[in-house]
Amino acid sequence: MKMEYSIEGGDFTKAGLASSAVKKVLKQLNIDPAQIKRIAVAMYEAEVNIVAHAYSGIMKVEIDAKKVYMRFVDKGPGIENIDKAMEEGYSTASEAVRQMGFGAGMGLPNIKKNVDEMKISSEINKGTTLELTTFLN
Amino acid sequence: MNEPTFHHALKILEEVCTGCVHCTVVCPTEALRVRNGKAILNENRCIDCGECMNVCPVNAIIVEQNDIAEIFPYKARVALVSSIFIGQFPRHYQTRKIYSGMLEQGFTHVHESEHGAGILIEQINQYIAQNSQNKPIISSFCPAIVRLIQVRFPSLVENIMLLKAPLDLAALAFKKELIEKGYKEEEIGIFYVTPCAAKIAAIKSPVGEEKSVINGVVNMNELYNKVYSTLKKEQYSSCIIPEKEQLKSEEMGWSLTGGEAAYIQGRCLSIDGLNNVIEFLEGIENGKITNFDFIEVRACDQSCAGGILTVANRFLTRERLDERIAKYHHDKSEGKIFDNKTIENHGRYIRDHISINSIEPRSMLKLDDNMEAALKKMSRIKKILSYLPGIDCAACGSPTCRTLAEDVVQGTAHTSDCIFIQTSLNVPPNEEIRAETIWGKDRFRKLL
Repeated sequence: MKMEYSIEGGDFTKAGLASSAVKKVLKQLNIDPAQIKRIAVAMYEAEVNIVAHAYSGIMKVEIDAKKVYMRFVDKGPGIENIDKAMEEGYSTASEAVRQMGFGAGMGLPNIKKNVDEMKISSEINKGTTLELTTFLN
Repeated sequence: MNEPTFHHALKILEEVCTGCVHCTVVCPTEALRVRNGKAILNENRCIDCGECMNVCPVNAIIVEQNDIAEIFPYKARVALVSSIFIGQFPRHYQTRKIYSGMLEQGFTHVHESEHGAGILIEQINQYIAQNSQNKPIISSFCPAIVRLIQVRFPSLVENIMLLKAPLDLAALAFKKELIEKGYKEEEIGIFYVTPCAAKIAAIKSPVGEEKSVINGVVNMNELYNKVYSTLKKEQYSSCIIPEKEQLKSEEMGWSLTGGEAAYIQGRCLSIDGLNNVIEFLEGIENGKITNFDFIEVRACDQSCAGGILTVANRFLTRERLDERIAKYHHDKSEGKIFDNKTIENHGRYIRDHISINSIEPRSMLKLDDNMEAALKKMSRIKKILSYLPGIDCAACGSPTCRTLAEDVVQGTAHTSDCIFIQTSLNVPPNEEIRAETIWGKDRFRKLL
């Protein structure tokens, strides 16, 4: 089962719509509620990251009986220092974004906490690719 | 279809229903379909919120009730009534006259169901402190919300506060007191005067409890008519109780929006109205809304004042209760308050029985228990959806195009139930038989 959503950078009013749609599918697939919650949190954080930092992005989700795989590919400034970005509280979000209640520097660490596998690669001035996997029991 | 696992109080009068689909569209759990010209309720999905009853243009949806005559086999006939009931009457009717009007109906005792909220406040605050890993704690006051979470937000079930509502605490305390006064347990009948269907369902099949201590329910609108006619005719023989207010000020407003949250420490929010609640719970589930300690969530607009079995305008009810609270403070300053000591006398007993058992998620959204099968169904749904117009007209008898696709996959509907598909297929004239399975044969006759 594959799903694909496009995400627009800077549009916070729509941030979360793709995650909500996928969450509903996860519920219909009878996945354990506790696991859904963790996936939903990771997915939402990743979606908001694209809205907050990138110009545009695509979220792809693949679900089979063993795992949920999520791939977020964005066009944007890229992450200069991934290790730093993984530190709790570190953020490069602009003041405007922070004032909307985002950009507390908890995004990536929180995502990592809520999934089984996380891969991140980034190229400056090109964009970032984030791959998340949760194994279903 | 699965055997229904829990009681629900809303009933559809088949002979009245015209299959107009209004109810299917508003149902927050997509529990209703129109088949053969009649609305059909999926009992396992229904949370008894009453949205369907509110929109039904022909009053085909009703709330079941106990006959008020069922109180008479009991020696002690206790009416446990929400303070909302007092707010149903015009302002010039004193509380004691309303109580008296209730006694005229055959009750031997009248108590308000918000007794016990005082003890609950301290217990909720303790509970929040002890369960900080499950923040935000979600109030268990509104049974429609508890069921909504079970059915639609299963991952938030662990956030529901496992403490009883004041109604159950009051019932426990009054029953114990009557037993101490010499009544046998089987001689005591405790009847809740309910403003909504969800409380009926909660009493008949409680969540997180084996059996409710409450024996039956009386619908508020029904009792209102009886009591109001007594008041109008000034027929009451006893006008003595309560001499003074029995509820504390914090208890008087418990059933109104903000009634709980005002007394809970930490960051709290009150949310009323089902759509508002759903939006908020979505936010919590996504991790979008964080850092709340407690949320008070009520299915009805203006909480119980907006219950489907209330009579008065919800805003006027609120005004009347606010006035009562203000008056209480005034009386208190003059030291005239008469306290009902039952709750305080049994405080320890209440605290010992205040918890409810864990609440189980019962997601009704799943397409299949087996995930492989669910995935296959999901792929088919996607495919079917691409043929459907997506305008969610509900003319097929399912509330949305998506639910039609789900119903097709589950074998309870056909893609050609969609009137747009019928048109595009250029169906021969006799295919209107197909439409009859949705709208019913008689409906066509009715329209002619």
